[in-house]
Amino acid sequence: MSGAREEILAALRAGAPAEVSLPDLSKLGATFPDLRERFAQAVVEVGGRCMRLPAGAPLEPALLAIPEYAAAKKVAALVPGVGKANVDAEGATDPHSLADLDFLVLPGEVGVAENGAVWVVRHGGRGRAATFLTQHLAIVLWGDALVADLHAGYRKISIPNPGFGVWLSGPSKTADIEQALVIGAHGARSSTVLLVG
Amino acid sequence: MSARTGSVSHPLPVLQPQALAAHQAALAAAQRAPVDHAAKAEVFLRDGARAAWQDQSIWFIRQKRDRARDAVPDWEALRAAAEQIKSHTLSKLAHYLEQFEAHATAAGATVHWARDAEEHNRIVHGLLEARGVTRLVKSKSMLTEECHLNPYLEARGIEVVDTDLGERIVQFRGEPPSHIVMPALHLKKEEIGDLFHDKLGTPKGLSDPTKLTEAARGHLRDKFLAAQAGLTGVNFALAETGGFVVCTNEGNADLGTALPPLHIACMGVEKVIPGPEQLPVFLRLLARSATGQSITSYTSHFHGPRPGGELHIVIVDGIRSKVLARPEYRGALRCIRCAACMNTCPVYRRSGGHSYGTTVPGPIGAVLAPHLDPVRHAALPFASSLCGSCSDVCPVKIDLHGQLLSWRGELTRLGLAPLRKRVMARVGEAVLMRPWLYRLAGWLASFALRHFPRFALVNRFNAWTVGRELPRGAAESFQAQWARRKTALPSPAKQEKRP
Repeated sequence: MSGAREEILAALRAGAPAEVSLPDLSKLGATFPDLRERFAQAVVEVGGRCMRLPAGAPLEPALLAIPEYAAAKKVAALVPGVGKANVDAEGATDPHSLADLDFLVLPGEVGVAENGAVWVVRHGGRGRAATFLTQHLAIVLWGDALVADLHAGYRKISIPNPGFGVWLSGPSKTADIEQALVIGAHGARSSTVLLVG
Repeated sequence: MSARTGSVSHPLPVLQPQALAAHQAALAAAQRAPVDHAAKAEVFLRDGARAAWQDQSIWFIRQKRDRARDAVPDWEALRAAAEQIKSHTLSKLAHYLEQFEAHATAAGATVHWARDAEEHNRIVHGLLEARGVTRLVKSKSMLTEECHLNPYLEARGIEVVDTDLGERIVQFRGEPPSHIVMPALHLKKEEIGDLFHDKLGTPKGLSDPTKLTEAARGHLRDKFLAAQAGLTGVNFALAETGGFVVCTNEGNADLGTALPPLHIACMGVEKVIPGPEQLPVFLRLLARSATGQSITSYTSHFHGPRPGGELHIVIVDGIRSKVLARPEYRGALRCIRCAACMNTCPVYRRSGGHSYGTTVPGPIGAVLAPHLDPVRHAALPFASSLCGSCSDVCPVKIDLHGQLLSWRGELTRLGLAPLRKRVMARVGEAVLMRPWLYRLAGWLASFALRHFPRFALVNRFNAWTVGRELPRGAAESFQAQWARRKTALPSPAKQEKRP
């Protein structure tokens, strides 16, 4: 390989201190009496919305209660039961074609009660652009997919397959102008988690 | 909107070799000139109302961080674990980087190595040039700031758009970030309104943060959709799996890499950690320490390129192997760039990020910059009260104020400390080495404080009195009081014997 690689690695070996052991992480973590309740609260804290649905309830009436969904013209969904879905995000060969997407419904894999984050790996099609291009987002998550904290979260998810995964916690936001919180910086302007069961 | 974005975002003409060499020589000379932090801070403090506003707005972040910390019962255990994981990784850094490279390559990424900024810039430019890329979108990367990548690429005809809102603002203004998490922290919304009026055509006088952000969203959407390549930094690289994690609130790293076919990720050698098991320790600390959030909106994990795309990872040394070889300073390589040390620092808050003249300001910047150039950055380790608050808030427990003190000693021995500090240190040494002289000096100071006219003490030759009043001298010295009380009071040993 290149000379730079060998030089850098040699310098790092030469300068390295005596080996330090790795810490035991088994005692770290958060505990909550009711994961569903804490998760719903955490989603609100990060600027999102959380709707609780009983298992087996139809998705569409719940979605229609979201004003952005009710008003959306171009809708894509990667879960069944989304009545307004009219864009095939999975079939899109060019991610740029999804630039005018109004609403996207995604399945969530794992939810974290401590910070309201949801692990999302299914984004549709060749890329993952829909998740970040859509104006508004809803994530469907099963109640029994909740864990207390990220330590438990990483034990439950599978890395590195597939190649891209993201913890989504609330909508896109920024506070770069005088620290005023503004929702909807580049990505989704709103994010709703539908917590089922 | 993109037609009105001014010169910064237009491709610049390619400079001729001689012009380029002259440009680089001028840049190098400017970079060598010593930064006078105190003088720059003085300019910053001339606008008292603005300085007070800046101080308060930065302290506000520190308070948000405190509230976030209080909500996490295992906070101190997390800090201890984070420190140990990073120290472990640093002790086997070459091993972990090799492991990372092997797994990243297996996942389909191409790994490049760069000894310094110049090599890093050359690699990035080479990748872009080979693919005919003239439009690049970037998410936040302090490393590329450190390498001065933007001017390097712009001089070679590539349009570089910083997509983090704060970074876009300072890029429009042609100035460096003043803070590593909130790059435009030093600006008022009215100034950003004027800037956007000029660059993006927003209505004159518009200063509402929501509306200004909306204008930037529209402008940057066009840039994202038109980009031919996306560049990101790396928050954490995972040796075990060959992937890396990028944390943003805006989602700009994700948009910038989901649309164009080429993704370039730039990382310092110290960004690698063993694997996913250790990751949550840092993710639970990072956003809380940075902004008081429990986690950033987007925590994205990249393993290999997306289908049909390319992923290139550039691993940079720069000063890092040099720092690793210095036992008293290597702890600084644990840094996860949260900025908690600057938010709490009384000197940073009262002098502004630009007074440091470095990519990374504040306490962590002041301990890193002298490695890069001890002549240019000699003043920075003195820009501290050594109060130690930086070390207290650091999520990876870097002994920042200890390092600042080490630097003071080293720079003084090298003859690089500011002249006034060197003279003061000599005088201090002479006085403290001689008890009789110390007592005499104490008596003289006390006498002067009580009996000298004010103009003899409070004047422009006494730096202490710039912006401060002097206390009144005590009639009796501490030593005299101590001697008197020792004879008057029963000793603690006698008190203990009482029933």
